[in-house]
Order: sequence, then C-alpha cells, then structure tokens
Amino acid sequence: MKKLVLFIPLALFLGMGIFLYKGLFLNPQKLESALEGKPIPAFQLEKLETPGEMITQEDLKGQVSLLNVWATWCPSCKYEHPFLMTLTRQKLVPIYGINYRDERAEAIRELRHQGDPYALNIFDKDGRLGLDLGVYGAPETFLVDHKGIIRFRFAGPVDQRVWSETLYPMVKQLQQEAAAEAAASGKTNATGAAS
Amino acid sequence: MKPLNLLLAMVLLCISTLTFATPVDTYEFKSADNQKRALSLAHELRCPQCQNQNLIDSNSPVARDLRLEVYKMVDEGKSDDQIIEFMTTRYGDFVLYKPRVEGRTYILWLGPVALLLIGLMVVVLFIRKQRSQTADAADLTPEQQAELDALLKGSQSEVDDNDKGKKS
Repeated sequence: MKKLVLFIPLALFLGMGIFLYKGLFLNPQKLESALEGKPIPAFQLEKLETPGEMITQEDLKGQVSLLNVWATWCPSCKYEHPFLMTLTRQKLVPIYGINYRDERAEAIRELRHQGDPYALNIFDKDGRLGLDLGVYGAPETFLVDHKGIIRFRFAGPVDQRVWSETLYPMVKQLQQEAAAEAAASGKTNATGAAS
Repeated sequence: MKPLNLLLAMVLLCISTLTFATPVDTYEFKSADNQKRALSLAHELRCPQCQNQNLIDSNSPVARDLRLEVYKMVDEGKSDDQIIEFMTTRYGDFVLYKPRVEGRTYILWLGPVALLLIGLMVVVLFIRKQRSQTADAADLTPEQQAELDALLKGSQSEVDDNDKGKKS
C-alpha cells in the first residue's frame, strides 16, 4: 500500500503529459463559433449587384443554405471559388454570398469573369454584418437551417474534402429535418382545414 | 569618434520611438475617463484573428474595427460587462485574456490552488513523519542508552586527547 503512494507523482506526471500532449494537436486558428444555435443577426444591406435593393436576414430563411463570406482581396476565396461553382451546379444547396469589406465594382467584375456561384450576394462594405457574425477572416462559411438558425461555422476554404466529410452530411440532415417539419405542418394545416 | 557617437544616439532614438509605435486611431473620446477605460478594456481583449495580441497591439482590420467598436460603446456609456458580452457573443471566450469563472474553467482557476494544497499536505505529512522518527530514536532501552553514553564518552575523550595533542 505504501509503495503505491510512491507512484502518485508518476501518475500525476503522466496525466499532465497526456493532457499537454493532446494540446499540441489543437488548432489554435480554429475558433469555436459563439453563434452556433443562434439566428442570423439582423441586418439590412444592399444587394451587391444592384445598389439600393435591400436584403435582410428574412431573405435568407425558408431553406437550408450556406452563407459564404468572401472578398476579392482574399486569396483563399479565389482558391475556394471553383468548388463553390461546382456546388451550385449540383444544386444541392443554395449559397448566399457576403461580400466582405470589398469594392463593389471589383467584386462584380470578379464574379463576371470567374462565374457567380451565389444565389444572392450581400454587400457588406463596412464589415458590420461580418462583425456581428464573428467573422475574423475570409473565407468563412456558415451553415444555416430553414429557420435561419446558424448550425455550423467553417473557417477557411471549403473544398471537396471539407464538403463531403463535414458539410454535406450536415446539410443532408438539416434538409431532412426541414422536410419532416414541412410535412408535419402540412398535415396539421390539412386537418385544420377539414375541421 | 564623436560623429559615430552622434550616429549611435540617433539610431537609438529611432529605435526607441519605434517601440512605442502602436496603431493610431483618430478617435475622439468624450472624456479622458472614457479614454482610459476604453484603452484598458481594449488591452484586455484578444484580437480574434491573431494568436496572441490584444486589440491595441494588433494591426489587423478586425482588431481595428473591434477597437473602434469598444471605444464607441464606452462613449455610449455601456458598462464593461456589456462590452465583454458584445465581444463574447460574437467571438466566443477566445477574446478574453482572463477566462470567466464557470463550469469548464474551474480547473484553470482552482487547479493551481489545489496543487498548492496538495503540496502543503505533502510537506506537512513529511515533516510529521520525520518528527515521529526522531522521537522513535529517543526511545532507547536502558542498555542501549548506556552503550550510547559509553560511545559518546569514548569519542569525547578521543577528541579531548586530540585537542591536547594539538596544543602540545
């Protein structure tokens, strides 16, 4: 029994060693999003292509969507762009763009030349929406459910691997949830109409 | 030699001014008190884009915006708690250099105290054990005591003999 006591320091040392060793493999660039589970912050901003036309958070509700923060000054966004184009072509999920701290003319030119994967583009010139979303760099992609609740945030460029391993399973699940809910409410509506 | 000294002085002067180069924002505070509070708050908040710089030290656009946001909120009369709330609802606890006391940070706050207490306990136990051991040593049987006395006496007389030998 007394001999066992002598092993306590070793046990403590090993415990701390394992704890700290695991810490080595954490990615300090990856912040948890404080907004997961919360609705898209309220905003009212112009559409990128047409000044004067306003978009609010209400326009993003109704279906599962991706909210992609991008800018022409951001090299990783350029890297990500072709994959977003593929996604849009597959019509799996609409992508809404937030053009973040950018020049309008330049952004429009970029989309004209490289293709426009976005269903809708919000022009966030001052980065105010970005600030409310807790954006700290671009690109960042938010997964939003049909009620407009942010379910997941991915910082960094989305590519095939991120999509098939992380985002697509979640998108599928959220779409199923939305469909189930729509079916349920459809039924209650029908019974309501019948009675 | 003299011009060299002058040159050195100039270089040092340049370096010393460089080290004070922090981002300059042209923000006018309503009062000096506000300015003091805003700056100290911005010092305590971590830039979300940089790994270890506060909002004042960092030149990144995000840090600049957040800095201005903090200044504005102070001037609007918001409390420190409200401002910290604003930051953490957007960027999470990462922005706090000083973590909040809550469920998942208990180990951070209480761990060192617990370690200190364990250390103290070990020390106390160790000292107690030592004391009881010396007490044990004093518990000799009469024969042992007599033997010890004899030995001590013997060595004492040897020492005395040595002393005498040295003196003579």
